[in-house]
Amino acid sequence: MTTPRRAVSLISGGLDSLLATKIILDQGIHVEGINFYTGFCVEGHTHAIRKKDKQKEKRNNALWVAEQLGIKLHIIDVIDEYKDVLLNPKHGYGQNLNPCLDCKIFMVNKAQAWAWMEENQFDFIITGEVIGQRPKSQRKETMPIIARESGADDRLLRPLCAKNLPPTKPEVEGWVDREKLYGFHGRNRKPQMALAAEFGFTDYAQPAGGCCFLTDKPYSDKLADLWQSRGSREYELDDIMLLKVGRHIRPKSNFKLIISREEGETHYLKGYKNEYLTLQTISHNGPIAMIDGDPSEDDLLLAARIVARYGQGRDATQVEVEFRSPTGERTQHKVMPLAAADLNPEWHV
Amino acid sequence: MSEHLELNARRLLCPMPVIRTQDKIKQMTHGDTLTVICTDPGALNDIPTWCRINQHRVIRQETINDEYLITLEVGPSAPN
Repeated sequence: MTTPRRAVSLISGGLDSLLATKIILDQGIHVEGINFYTGFCVEGHTHAIRKKDKQKEKRNNALWVAEQLGIKLHIIDVIDEYKDVLLNPKHGYGQNLNPCLDCKIFMVNKAQAWAWMEENQFDFIITGEVIGQRPKSQRKETMPIIARESGADDRLLRPLCAKNLPPTKPEVEGWVDREKLYGFHGRNRKPQMALAAEFGFTDYAQPAGGCCFLTDKPYSDKLADLWQSRGSREYELDDIMLLKVGRHIRPKSNFKLIISREEGETHYLKGYKNEYLTLQTISHNGPIAMIDGDPSEDDLLLAARIVARYGQGRDATQVEVEFRSPTGERTQHKVMPLAAADLNPEWHV
Repeated sequence: MSEHLELNARRLLCPMPVIRTQDKIKQMTHGDTLTVICTDPGALNDIPTWCRINQHRVIRQETINDEYLITLEVGPSAPN
């Protein structure tokens, strides 16, 4: 009895990687999944933070896919390494700050580095890519670029569109039967949905706007603002997580406010109280706000007036706001809530 | 003799608690137990799913003061 060939599959949690993996599993290949966490993955974050989304199921789709397929899943933290991909994309950005082609090359490269390791000993890599499905990274011209620049070369197999591409080593060597692979192309999802039905998959993540915050314009705008205000494009995980939470208001270039929009975000922002100056109205119910930057005394009073504007005392003549320093010192200030007309729309990041 | 460890995954959002759990378990052996303390409710779903996939066993789940404590026993399979 021969040992089955081994493939590692890039699992995003979406339908395409689910199908690509299933196709190869059905050919008797041992498959394990790999999933990379960049810090920008959409995966459940806003659901986890926002109370209004509490009823939504908080599943990690990559884990869910692995369980449906009965395969192991290795989730790898690439937050630090990913910075270079985001900051210096050789192939440029998409519509927003999404470096999709460089991202795919990076992930396939990481997967092959992991897969060829002595303790892992995989034979090839599979992805759920489909020619023509994504305007930036999944085009006929980009498929060989990804294979070549990632270093995976002819050991990179795309089961969903393999018939539209030259045969890869797993096909040439007969590890997989090319006839049982597919020739999907374009943005039409119906062939994938039909195949899912054929396999008996009725529940899978619906493709809607991608799996990365960097494809989202408001998020990219906040990231660009962060870089501009700091005069540097360096970032830490907390920086990019906080861009997903609250209203971001920058009244002046030297500071911005992050104001919670509901109870879940208030709870989340409180977790940062020992790192940032926080403000909260105490005479009336209201949100919590965090200050990022280096405000003056006058700036802090403006910040307090803005925070008061978002609380239940917005129509009161005076609202008491408490400041809490990162070391726990508290001071109280009475301010007049900022009038709606005085809240410059351009302050909203 | 089995060892019991704790992992502070407070304030981390999924999948980071899963990644930290996965990394911690690499340093542990079959029969050891680990309590992961999280603040992301998503961990209540993700860590048990990860355990099922990798043949580890969730022994207990508790919620204390908005924190989620998930205790698991390391399974017999090779470290993941």
